[in-house]
Amino acid sequence: MIAFNKYYNHFNIVSTMLVVISLFFLIFKGLNFGIDFKGGTLIELRSSDSKINVSSLRDNLNQMNLGDVSVKNFGDERDFLIKFENNNDKNILEEIKANLDKSFGNNFNFRRVENVGPKVSAELLKSGVIAISVALILMLIYIWIRFEWQFSLGAILALFHDVIVTLGLFSVLGLEINLSIIAAVLTIVGYSMNDTVVIFDRVRENLRKYSDIKIYELTNISINETLSRTLITSITTLLALLSIFFFWWRDSQRIFFSYDLRCSIRNLFFHIYC
Amino acid sequence: MLYFSKLRIISIFLLSLFFILFASSNLFKFSNNLLDRKINLGLDLQGGSYLLLEIDNTPVIEQKLQNLTITLKNYFKEKNIRINNLNLKNQKLLFTVEEQFKQTVLDVFTDKESDFNPYYQRFKSHQLDIIEENNFFIVNFSKQGLIELKTSSQDQALEIVRRRIDEIGTNEPNILKRGNNRILVELPGLDDPMRIKSLLGKTANLTFRFVTNNDEDTFGAEKLKYEDSNEESMVSKRIILSGDNLLDAQPRMNNETNETVVSFTLDRVGAKRFGKATSTGIGKQLAIVLDGKIISAPVIRDTIASGSGQISGGFTFQSATDLALLLRSGALPAPLNIIEERTVGPDLGQDSIKAGIIALIIGFILVIVFIFVKYKIFGLITNITLIINLFLLIGVLTIFEATLTLPGIAGIILTVGMAVDANVLIFERIKEELKNEKNNLIAFDSGYTKSRTAILDANIITLLAAIILFFMGSGPIKGFSLTLGVGIFTTLFSVYFIARLLTVLYISKNKEKEGLI
Repeated sequence: MIAFNKYYNHFNIVSTMLVVISLFFLIFKGLNFGIDFKGGTLIELRSSDSKINVSSLRDNLNQMNLGDVSVKNFGDERDFLIKFENNNDKNILEEIKANLDKSFGNNFNFRRVENVGPKVSAELLKSGVIAISVALILMLIYIWIRFEWQFSLGAILALFHDVIVTLGLFSVLGLEINLSIIAAVLTIVGYSMNDTVVIFDRVRENLRKYSDIKIYELTNISINETLSRTLITSITTLLALLSIFFFWWRDSQRIFFSYDLRCSIRNLFFHIYC
Repeated sequence: MLYFSKLRIISIFLLSLFFILFASSNLFKFSNNLLDRKINLGLDLQGGSYLLLEIDNTPVIEQKLQNLTITLKNYFKEKNIRINNLNLKNQKLLFTVEEQFKQTVLDVFTDKESDFNPYYQRFKSHQLDIIEENNFFIVNFSKQGLIELKTSSQDQALEIVRRRIDEIGTNEPNILKRGNNRILVELPGLDDPMRIKSLLGKTANLTFRFVTNNDEDTFGAEKLKYEDSNEESMVSKRIILSGDNLLDAQPRMNNETNETVVSFTLDRVGAKRFGKATSTGIGKQLAIVLDGKIISAPVIRDTIASGSGQISGGFTFQSATDLALLLRSGALPAPLNIIEERTVGPDLGQDSIKAGIIALIIGFILVIVFIFVKYKIFGLITNITLIINLFLLIGVLTIFEATLTLPGIAGIILTVGMAVDANVLIFERIKEELKNEKNNLIAFDSGYTKSRTAILDANIITLLAAIILFFMGSGPIKGFSLTLGVGIFTTLFSVYFIARLLTVLYISKNKEKEGLI
């Protein structure tokens, strides 16, 4: 049996520091919102001409007065991701197409085009935040009903820690936050709750079984008893995520699964003691 | 927890078979209509366009208020009340009246049965609000009036959008209302959305009006630009014909001039008016105005009584075809703006399906191997359950003809990862029970019983998240939560019925064996 309770203080110091560091980054560096939440245009191009490269493409687009254009290679050499902020010009896509065809010949395949207006992006951000808040509140209410309010408080703290630290990680690495990420955040919240519930369930059961043991020891027993399950489930989820991670890795949007992945690994270390 | 009646075994078997049959209908073609269902592929997998259009109601509101000014003037003229300083600003109507008439004017607007409140009886609300400020009366649409106006222009716009898209002939478009001023258009399998976008972006308000050379007459005429040049002409505001009078419009080749034109046929009223105008206006220029720009302004040479004619204006065949299409399907009540667009090319969709399926298979194999190594024979049972679970999940999605998106596939993969969790919980619990209990049957039974609350609570928590995501989320979030949510149900079914049944069958034959798990 691992005496988790001995390390509570260490764990607490580490998590408090992580939360503080994350908050620091979130406040001073902020998050990198994608076009879903900031508005703008995203174009995924594939060229059939291998001579075209990022810088020639960037130079060409910079001449169009699109504002701050970002051009990136991703996956293949021939695949480009172009992003710029919306300047409310309705026909901008046609212009870009015409301009690229003129400069490079008709060598481009517009594989994906996304254009989100400022009004829609503001709404998406709002609805995303509302969805997360409502889901969190409902889950906490469920725990409150099924367990005791102290449990619910513990779950809130664990969740707060999870969400802040992962968002902090996003801020540090400058990863993009888009709609898919919101889905990922909620899945993580769900899974993290899932783990919490399993451990809480065992604590509840042990509370009935041993009435004379201190709560610290009791939780320690419960965590140890569920430890093998926590590890095995984390591993299987991790395996499933790994496959997504490697096969969708090239697509920027699906980077969110790398986030899931990180969460799973982190779960192994942190969730055991929550 | 270990007892299964014969009836129960049969129903589990039949139910599983039922879903597996539906799941397999995605691969084979059944002649039976009931069975011939398929999962719809989302736009991100089959390629296509998603467009969110917003109706700009400002011109409609201004037009309505403009019309109101005339009604207002005439109405009060009959009552010998003079309306002064009448003007339209920021979607508000401002005017003044002499002091002694103020109350009368207010009464007219607040009267429940006056002409200015056409639907007080229906909505218990005035169409127009009036307030007095610095001696000015300010009239604007009330909240209810605005809602009414928006819904009606949304209904009209939806109809026109549908007609335009049908004319182009894309397969199975999805056109839906969103809120009270938006229209959602989903066009699966569309290669190039540019054309549709340009067609939807045009109001297509067509009018025939005389060109006047009287520059002073600014009240009855306006200066309009030509479509293809910067020239301008004074055009009378009096409308002779509008797009409403058209019966048909087609692109044609004019053999004499070798030019592409749009030929049109008028309805009876239109033909009569056109005949009259062309007979009285010989020698004058008739401007054909589309969305505030002059396409062409031919000189009338002859009376045209046949009710058909041609519009020329330096068209290419494509632009003539598009104009004819716009004229046939009618004018939008208000301009539409595309506020959100997501287009995926068909080959990217193919790539995504491939990547998704490879990821699914790899993930599946990794999980299956790990579980088999960890739990041996029970791992095998878990794996069989996992495969059946996948079929169940696909079967349910097929029955409801749900739409599978890329995040949806991700949801399925995560379901696979999580589906083993319930089994792991049970097996680990059984291991614990076996430490104190030598009887296999009792240990398995209490293992199942004691792990049940944890499994249910954990799954309900995840389900709550999935439900919230499904109803409040949008786009990729919805697809993800759908498979995740359905996956929870099929997982619980397969764990508690299929896996448990297989486990029971195995241990009842190996009651005495030690170290079972």
